[in-house]
Amino acid sequence: MASGVKPRVKVPKTAAAGDTITIKTLISHKMESGQRKDADGNTIPRSIINRFVAEFNGQSVIDVALEPAISTNPYFQFDAVVPESGEFKFTWYDDDGSVYETAKKISVS
Amino acid sequence: MKLTRRDLLALGTGSFAMASLSALPAFASLADDAIAALTGGAELGEGAISLTAPEIAENGNTVPIGVDAPGAVEVTLYADGNPTPNVATFKFGPLSASRSASTRIRLASTQNVIAVAKMEDGSFQMAKANVKVTIGGCGG
Amino acid sequence: MQARLWVTSAAIAIFGSVASAQDASNLMIDGVPMVTEIAAPSHMENVDTIYSGWRFRAPETQALEMDDFDNPAFVFVEQAEEIWATEDGSQGKACASCHSIEDFAGLRATLPRVEDGKLVTLEDLINKSRVEHMGAEPWKWSSGSMTAMTALIGLQSRGMPMNVAIDGDAAAHWEAGKELYYQRVGQLDMACSNCHEDNYGVMIRADHLSQGQINGFPTYRLKNAKLNSIHGRFKGCMSNIRATPYAEGSEEFKALELYIASRGQGLSVETPSVRN
Repeated sequence: MASGVKPRVKVPKTAAAGDTITIKTLISHKMESGQRKDADGNTIPRSIINRFVAEFNGQSVIDVALEPAISTNPYFQFDAVVPESGEFKFTWYDDDGSVYETAKKISVS
Repeated sequence: MKLTRRDLLALGTGSFAMASLSALPAFASLADDAIAALTGGAELGEGAISLTAPEIAENGNTVPIGVDAPGAVEVTLYADGNPTPNVATFKFGPLSASRSASTRIRLASTQNVIAVAKMEDGSFQMAKANVKVTIGGCGG
Repeated sequence: MQARLWVTSAAIAIFGSVASAQDASNLMIDGVPMVTEIAAPSHMENVDTIYSGWRFRAPETQALEMDDFDNPAFVFVEQAEEIWATEDGSQGKACASCHSIEDFAGLRATLPRVEDGKLVTLEDLINKSRVEHMGAEPWKWSSGSMTAMTALIGLQSRGMPMNVAIDGDAAAHWEAGKELYYQRVGQLDMACSNCHEDNYGVMIRADHLSQGQINGFPTYRLKNAKLNSIHGRFKGCMSNIRATPYAEGSEEFKALELYIASRGQGLSVETPSVRN
């Protein structure tokens, strides 16, 4: 597990049924690109978040495949239609096999 | 205009650079290959999707990019001057509202950022933006 | 002199025209207005108006600071909140055992300050508590933990005017800092003032030179995608002019920090800011 990796998400707490809401997500991750060399001239191996998934009540909102060109502390902003109350699940997959998750509930009137 | 030593040096360097660049494979073709792999060589339409990028990136490490692709099933971003051209692929699910997304990317040098969208009807749309990436004077 | 004024106004004209989508002069953070421009304090003889570093950045960079989610620094502020609540050291205490974070509203705006004849910075105060009250190891000056914590504590003063004391006990330190500011050093033989007083607003290659204010520190720099401390930045600047930098936490850098903080008198604390 890479150290210091922390997800952060912004989801409105409430919405009306059928509303479009904006979601912002960030995860603190170095995103080592595999292009850098260390002091001895050896290439530092690639180690990035390679996939980000956002789901709501089990349905997909967005599924992102990341390459090393995504900046350190990967940030995504996207939107979602909210048909009912429920829970957003956000998952990040690391090259090293770690999986980071966080969830946010939304109450829909 | 009087040819100064500076002008001569610039001309000389320019032609040397031109000569050496023509011997190298153009970076743009790496992105072209990647796009062709995605589309299977299908034609790329233009005008249906948009790409938002700064004209000049304050820092190549973190360049805010947005793509808006109404009617798209998935959008792939490429940077044609990066060591590897693929940047990210966004697959929109059934609960995606506007088929748009924003992120922050790394650009190694001045180049084009290219968005290729696979539309619901199987066709492809493209949008391109040129981003100037500068070297700071005083990075510290 | 005339040529420099022309270049400066041309640069400012170009800079002004780049800002299209939003007003490049007005910083509102989550709806709260910040002071990014104010009359220079009387002790600055060569500058009429002082500007926050925010004013010199491209619109996309400026936008990152205007929302606490878009601002990448906040993931580190959240890390600091966790550290705040976590026990550390031989006394089995956390910061939270003795303090509530709101207690520190206003602190950052008055630092560095003199205590018992010595100049202390926020890093000094944090480490003093860690060592003396918690029995914990001091943090390195620019470590992830320290910069996250100075960001969290500095945030409590956000929006308040920078207001350091430069008289009384502080006067000697302030004079020392002023002398350092104007002293040419390094292979490039440059002083802080050569860029940040004589040439702010001008482009140095593709960087838009600011006045070198520190009201937003620690700052998230796009360049290294992390929080940067004041002394860390001083070190970087000195390295750029190929001088041997003073050490982080040195008396020189503390005096310089006091002097530079006084050059920002009245600007809003923007911690944690976003810069190039």
